[in-house]
Amino acid sequence: MLTIASLKKGQRGIIKEFSVDVVPLKLLEMGCLPGNEVTLVQIAPFRDPLYLNINGSHLAIRLEMASKIEIELI
Amino acid sequence: MAKQINVALIGNPNTGKTSVFNRLTGMNQKVGNYPGITVEKKEGTCKFGRNCKVHILDLPGTYSLNASSLDENVVIELLLNKNDKDFPDVAVVVADVENLKRNLLLFTQIKDLGIPTILAINMSDRMNRKAITLDVPLLEKKLNTKIALISSRKNLGFDYLKELIENYNQLPTKPCLHASNIAPEYFDRLQKAFPNQDLYKLWLVITQDVNFGKLDRNELQGVASFKTESTSNLKRLQQKETIARYKFINETLKETLHIDTAKAKDLRSRLDRLLTHKVWGYVIFFGILLLIFQAIFDWSAYPMDFIDSSFASLSEWAKNTLPPGDFSSLIAEGVIPGLGGIVIFIPQIAFLFLFISILEETGYMSRVVFLMDKLMRRFGLSGKSVVPLVAGTACAIPAIMATRNIENWKERLITILVTPFTTCSARLPVYLIIISLVIPDTRVLGIFSLQGLTLMFMYILGFGAAIFSAYILDKILKVRSKSFFVVEMPNYKVPLAKNVIITVIEKTKAFVFGAGKIILAISIILWVLASYGPGDFNDAEEIVKSEYASQNLSDDDLEMHINSFKLEHSYIGHVGHFIEPAVRPLGYDWKIGIALVSSFAAREVFVGTLATIYSVGSDDEQTIKSRMAAEVNPVLGGPLFNFASGISLLLFYAFAMQCMSTLAIVKKETNSWKWPMWQLVVMTVIAYVVSLAAYQFLR
Repeated sequence: MLTIASLKKGQRGIIKEFSVDVVPLKLLEMGCLPGNEVTLVQIAPFRDPLYLNINGSHLAIRLEMASKIEIELI
Repeated sequence: MAKQINVALIGNPNTGKTSVFNRLTGMNQKVGNYPGITVEKKEGTCKFGRNCKVHILDLPGTYSLNASSLDENVVIELLLNKNDKDFPDVAVVVADVENLKRNLLLFTQIKDLGIPTILAINMSDRMNRKAITLDVPLLEKKLNTKIALISSRKNLGFDYLKELIENYNQLPTKPCLHASNIAPEYFDRLQKAFPNQDLYKLWLVITQDVNFGKLDRNELQGVASFKTESTSNLKRLQQKETIARYKFINETLKETLHIDTAKAKDLRSRLDRLLTHKVWGYVIFFGILLLIFQAIFDWSAYPMDFIDSSFASLSEWAKNTLPPGDFSSLIAEGVIPGLGGIVIFIPQIAFLFLFISILEETGYMSRVVFLMDKLMRRFGLSGKSVVPLVAGTACAIPAIMATRNIENWKERLITILVTPFTTCSARLPVYLIIISLVIPDTRVLGIFSLQGLTLMFMYILGFGAAIFSAYILDKILKVRSKSFFVVEMPNYKVPLAKNVIITVIEKTKAFVFGAGKIILAISIILWVLASYGPGDFNDAEEIVKSEYASQNLSDDDLEMHINSFKLEHSYIGHVGHFIEPAVRPLGYDWKIGIALVSSFAAREVFVGTLATIYSVGSDDEQTIKSRMAAEVNPVLGGPLFNFASGISLLLFYAFAMQCMSTLAIVKKETNSWKWPMWQLVVMTVIAYVVSLAAYQFLR
């Protein structure tokens, strides 16, 4: 299963469907929605957290959450 | 009659909402707290023309009306309660032109509530440089609102914004999109049950976990029955709502907003690469820390010395000018030094918040959080705990105030609780004098001074104690905190001087009027305890005079002996004697006991108190030192300050919560006496046990 956590720096993907109970509403509000494009901008030292560009907004989330959001590479 | 318009400023964090607030109100603002919670309430007024007064409320930044923190609850509670005196006649939603997509989510929700709403698109001065074009008339039509393109940096568009606010009753109130479309059948049922209520308001009441005490219960009775819809179903509907809103926004912006992306990111990505680099990122960060440390530790020493001497001469002046008596000594020795004890912290607080607000304004703080999060998380802290812990090496008070921006309550609480372990500057005089007394002045390996190494060890010990106790607290604290980690990485900006200055003034005021009151009260209590006493205290002069009658002492010397006698027989002296059995196993006598008790006001008072007890006239370090070195242990004989008791004292000051100001600020920041008391008890117990073990082992 490909997730945001499996992206390499600079790679892009499209967010696929995910289950409601896993991803908090807050993240959806920041633009992390099925169908939106996500780019991995930077990885912090020690590989966590991840700095993403989702649908034009820049945010950082922890690896744990990233590994729950499925994507498709583009 | 002049009319008053209530305006609420609402917007995402990092949209420059506060700059807009500062622009509109100037210095005409006040910061308080919402009753019962620690969320800041910022309000201000301004005048439009002659007879139009505007009251502006700067609501906490929020990404949506789905509240997940106390700050966000405040926003939704206000918007749902038409009876609140602050209920807005008009809402101004502040958006950042570069993040319009995300910012509009909140806008569409507020429109759905039927409140007259203006969209203020900020940072419009950047549009040219970033190659952004916006079709304002079309966007106004699509969103069914009025738009003001503003720039708080360049002071553009504010006249138009004010005009829109003044004519708020001409604004369209029809929503631009109805949440009810996501589940027509469910919303139909809801509307039928409450025909007189606004549908979106009902929906928020059902889905949000906010304080309904403020809402009219009668009106909304029975809403709870709609919660029977299973939680996961409600969640799914909320998700559907968000998706529907984004769909609408994406479609709207596709027609009205054009960004030439190629032009947009060069500088940002280059700075990001440098500032979050696995080597340079840390180097730069530690460089900045060093600068902050230097400022609070070194630069603030000058104004602090000035404040110290000013209050000393003020107190001297009061003593000489006021008619002698209890009242004037209360003023000269209780109130003025107490006030001095508050004012003395202002330079450090101002410097720290100067740096912090610059780092936040530029957007660098988010990068620090990003850089440090993984390291700090192992100890139950967050990337945002770094600054408080470092600032704590200067003073725990500004450090604890700086924990405000940690959203996760558990991580914030742990940071507050462990910060006092870091070696603050008030411990330094105590450490210095004891180290020079009990640690031999020799060198290790020919270069390192043993005394210097000991001092460094004390710093490491303090930091280690903070990290270790954070680790333990993370395991044992059962605090409900559901928020998770997501940090917005805002674009880099040049800080606005006005915003920085206002933040510094605000934080300083919060300290002086918040914690200051408690500090003043405790200083006065300590003064009373040291200046009054039962029995012999009141005859001090005669007793001492007759005792030393044969020695022909000078007036000054006699005065010193009287003071020393008075202190011993004052209430605080009795306390010292009373606790002596408890501190003797640690290697202390009753005199050190008094110093321990009185240094509860502030740690550095330890040295001054010993000076008074040993009746050395001056605070001069050398004199006190030789007097301390000559002190004999009353029970065991031999010097009182030997290696064992010295180490025991060092450890006691390293761990004990010997600072009432810190307790006062913890009370203010956690809004309860529970945590400061908990801190006081636990830290004192740790200090006692460790010092006891050290003394018994070493003696």
